[in-house]
Order: sequence, then structure tokens, then C-alpha cells
Amino acid sequence: MSTRAPRWGRALVGAVPLGWLLLFFMVPFIIVFGISFSQAQLSIPPYAPLWEWVEGQVLALRLHFANYAFLFTDALYISSYLYSLKVAAVSTVLCLLLGYPMAYGMARAAPATRSLLLMLVILPFWTSFLLRVYAWIGLLKNNGVINNVLMSLGVIHHPIVMMQTDFAVYIGIVYSYLPFMILPLYSNLEKHERTLLEAAADLGARPWKAFVRITLPLSRPGIIAGALLVFIPAVGEYVIPSLLGRTDQLMIGRVLSDEFFENRDWPVASAVAIAMLLLLVVPIVIFQRYQSRTLVHR
Amino acid sequence: MADTYVRMERVSKRFGDSVAVNNVSLDIHKGEIFCLLGGSGCGKTTLLRMLAGFEQPTSGAIYIDGQDLAGIPPYERPVNMMFQSYALFPHMSVHANVSFGLEQEGLARAEIRRRVAEILDIVKLGEYAQRKPHQLSGGQRQRVALARSLVKRPKLLLLDEPLGALDRKLREHTQFELISIQERLGVTCVVVTHDQEEAMTLATRVGVMNRGEIVQVGTPREIYEFPSTRFVADFIGSVNLFAGRLTEDEPDHVRVSCGELPAPVFIDHGMSAPPAADCWVAIRPEKIDLTRTAPAQTDNWAHGVIINIAYLGDMSVYLVRLAGGREVRITQTNRTRKPEEQFKWDESVYLSWDASSPVVGVG
Repeated sequence: MSTRAPRWGRALVGAVPLGWLLLFFMVPFIIVFGISFSQAQLSIPPYAPLWEWVEGQVLALRLHFANYAFLFTDALYISSYLYSLKVAAVSTVLCLLLGYPMAYGMARAAPATRSLLLMLVILPFWTSFLLRVYAWIGLLKNNGVINNVLMSLGVIHHPIVMMQTDFAVYIGIVYSYLPFMILPLYSNLEKHERTLLEAAADLGARPWKAFVRITLPLSRPGIIAGALLVFIPAVGEYVIPSLLGRTDQLMIGRVLSDEFFENRDWPVASAVAIAMLLLLVVPIVIFQRYQSRTLVHR
Repeated sequence: MADTYVRMERVSKRFGDSVAVNNVSLDIHKGEIFCLLGGSGCGKTTLLRMLAGFEQPTSGAIYIDGQDLAGIPPYERPVNMMFQSYALFPHMSVHANVSFGLEQEGLARAEIRRRVAEILDIVKLGEYAQRKPHQLSGGQRQRVALARSLVKRPKLLLLDEPLGALDRKLREHTQFELISIQERLGVTCVVVTHDQEEAMTLATRVGVMNRGEIVQVGTPREIYEFPSTRFVADFIGSVNLFAGRLTEDEPDHVRVSCGELPAPVFIDHGMSAPPAADCWVAIRPEKIDLTRTAPAQTDNWAHGVIINIAYLGDMSVYLVRLAGGREVRITQTNRTRKPEEQFKWDESVYLSWDASSPVVGVG
């Protein structure tokens, strides 16, 4: 009797996130997955149905794998994927290098300063993401703030071309995603026991050595969480490369949107999306499997 | 007299306006276990942290084996500490925790392995070398922490409330184990504790601290039986303190008249105090005899009614209210099981004590 109610309650608690994922992730995913096996045609919606009744008796299922094969035949897709992975990887590393010292500084600051710093990290979210990226155009363009200041100071005589370069994309992504690196790192570092570093010092470790042997390994979950939070959305990033990035080399997010809205080829666009998902999910799952195994072995 | 190994000279530590440690001078002998005993906020932990190098004295100097420690960072001191929380590295195995300190010295791998195995053997944790701290019990963690601080063979071992986190049975066991390991390795120890039982059993000598100062240094027996101040008498063990006035002060005895006691207190040694000075008299509960008949002596007795009894098994604690309303604490060992020897509630009893028992002091 007494265990019934809690068990029922527990099921309810579990059902909420499950239902959410089912409704807003699984269902759209299955729809997109289905479309990726269909064929484009001029209609509304612009793709052929996957199955239909032939002569009202036989259910015919038509799966086209051509959309996936197409991704390998056109060099545009592969180079976009690779470029996206590279941009995301470099941005993640830059975010980590910048974000770690910031998160560390925040975690070591006095409690009153800490909450102020935390608010400053979150502050940019209060303005529109699009506006902030636009602001970078004003800073980076040929007659933008940075070039004007440098030229008026006589440091340079011709404007440095920064717009439509990889550099601008990295600036935009690192700037936009830095909080996603800082926050999980901070929440990890803040929990570290200060006495562990004292113990390391007491046992003869210089501060740098203590950091490498104690703080860094203990912050690994924070590093992983931050890296995933930056890397995954950065791979599919659309706005930043579109506004700041190169025109000769597209990122996969831009290719995807072009397929949907310019070409109106929903099946190929869906195949691009599914391929991107696999590209991200497979390594992450393998990584997490490895993670949990090392945790068990410890 | 043993030779001085650790010397503190007029050491003070101020944090802003507050004085944590005030002008402490202290000599610690080689190979002894010295206990700093005091309540929370008495400065004992700050003193320990100054020895470890986590805090720098505001003034004064600390020497270990003749070496001035001023300006030497913790990682270069010949001192190791066992932390109150143990501060074991959670991501490292027992073996890695213990070898950490040796690795910092740049010793050869084989040498490290040999010394780690040796110390783990001493603390009886050999088979747990590959476990992580979270897979160990509290007592095992405590021993890892001890091994980790001993493996570097420090000149001075600091222990911050070493038994604080253990339950009672384990404490008693560990206490004696700690002493035997210490004797075997001959390392000089400074222990910080607020627990006088811990201090009494572990220490060769105890330094009682109050408000940043060391008020008395002595063997456990000395500070218990011959407290030099009213604070120490009151802080160590339980005690019955009476305010009084000196009526007789001879070289071989003093007499004190206490308002709360019907008879004068006679003490079998002299003291140097101005005549008729205000003084205090302290009598330990176990040094008072309870009887049903009046004692023959004219001094050193009182009369009252038992108002409370706490039966503890090996002994009983009696609370006796004297005629003037003052309550006195008395402990008696339960030496027999005879019911007629047990005192009962509301029983009228006489209190008496030996002339050597009371401690008298001024101020």
C-alpha cells in the first residue's frame, strides 16, 4: 500500500521529460527521417509520400536512398561538413582556453564578487543574439570601429580585411558561445575543495603542478560539458557564418537552409540534417560509453 | 630535558583587527606528540597552519631543527599535515594518493613503489592500494591520510583533529594505533584538538590555548591535577569551583574560607599570595567522597542532599545540593553490586576530600 503512491509519482516524474522528448524531438526526427527517404516533387508538401495504396489494396512503400548517395557525389556537402567540424573544433578549443581562466577566476573570487561576475557572464543574453552578431559587423568591417581606430592611430595605413574571413567566424562563435563554456566550468570549479590544493602544496607540489595534477583532472566533467555545449551547436551554426563568414566556403547549417528554402529540395535537406545528426551523435555516444566505463573502473 | 626541535618565538597572527594568535612562545621536543588543546576560535588551528606554511606570522619566528621557516612556502617545508577532512584526492587511488608526495621529490619509480608499499603496510592498507577514497570506510580514509603525510618522512607531522570524524569505538582503537606508529617512526607530532580526551591519550605534553594565547603547557597529568589558572581548571575535565578568601597562608598549608561551604578548605601546601586575598578553589568530582555519616575532620567537608544521579555503568555521577543552594558534582566508581552501597535520590549525604585534592589559585 505505502509503496504504491511513490511509485506512481516516480513514474509521473519520469514521464514528463520522456513525453517532452517524444513530442518535440522524436516525432520531428521521425518526420525528417521519413522525408529524407522520399523524392522531391513540385507539390505541397514538396515531396512524394513514402507510401500509398496501389489500387486500394496493396500498401506500397517507396524508399529513395538516392538523397544520401547524392551527399557523397557533390563535393559541396563533404567539404561543408569538414569545414563545419573544423570551425566547431577550433572554436571549442578557443572557448576552453579563454573560458577556463575566467571560470577559475570566478570560482576563486570572493562570494560577493562571484555573483556579480556570474551576472556579467549572463548579461549578453539579455540582448538579441542577432543584434550582437550584427554589432560585430560594425566592429570588423573595413570602415568599422577597429580599422578606424587603428588607422587614426597610424598603426596601419590600409584597413585589415576581417569580414568574410574564418577569423570573423571564430570571433563570432567564440564570443557567442563563451558563456556556455564558462558556466559548466564555473559550477564545477566552484565546488572544488580548497584544502585539496593545500594538501598538494603540503606534499611538495608547486602551484602549477597542483593545478595540473588536482584541479585539471577534477574539472574534467566541466570541460566535457562545456565542450559539448559549444561544439554541438557550433557545428550547425547558421547565423554567424552567414553574417560574418566566407562566401566561398559554406558551413553545413547554411547548406541545409539553402536546400530547404532556396532549392525547396526537402528530401535532400532532410538527408543533410540526418547525416549531420549521425556525424555528431555517433562520436558523442562512443565517447560517453568510454567515459562511463572509465568511471566504473575507477 | 629533551632537546628543542620546533621553536616558536613570540609568534602573533592578526587577521585585520582580530588577533588569532597572540605572542606565543613554545618549544617542542624531538619525537614527542605535542597537543594544542582549546575551544573553537582559540587560535590553535591558525598556529598549526603557520607551522604548515599556509599562513605567515604577523610577527615572531618559527624554527624547525634550527631552520628559520620565514618565507618558505608550504611545498618546500619539511612538514606534512594530516587534514581534518583528510583532503584525499578523490580522483586518485590510495596508492596514487600516497605516492603523490614522493613523486614531487623526483624519486625513482622503484624507490617510490617500495616506500609506498612499506607505509601502506604499516597502516594495514596494503590490499586497498588500488581503491579510490570513496570506496573506503572513514577509518580507512583516515589511515590513507596518515600514510600520505608520513610517507615523506617529515621532520614534523601536523595532525588537525585526527580522530574527529571517527566514531567512538574506532577512535579508541585508532588512538593507540596512532601512538604505536608514531613511536615506531619516531616522528615529532603537533596535534590540534578541541577534545581533551584525545589530547590526554595522545599527548606527551599538552598546550592549553585560550584567546590566542597558550595558558599552560604540561604533561596531561600536570594540566589535569595542577591547573595553573582558573580557566585551565575549568576547561580540562569537570570541576567544582568555589570562590573564597585566604584565611591562613603558612609555608606548609593554606586555609581558605568559601561562602558556599560550611567548613574551611585546608590545602597541604603553601602559596605566595597577599594575606586575605580573594582566591578560587577547584575540586575534581572524583576526588570527593560521599558518606552517610559525618566525617571526623573539621576541615574539608560539606553536607547536602542528592538531587540527581546519572548512572554510567562503570561509575555514577551525583549532583548534591548543599545547604546554601550550591550544587556540587561528585563521581563515584561502582565498585560493588551491593544495593545497600548505592546512594539514592533525596538521600542526605556528607562530602569530604583529602587535603591534597583541592587546587587553589589567585585570579
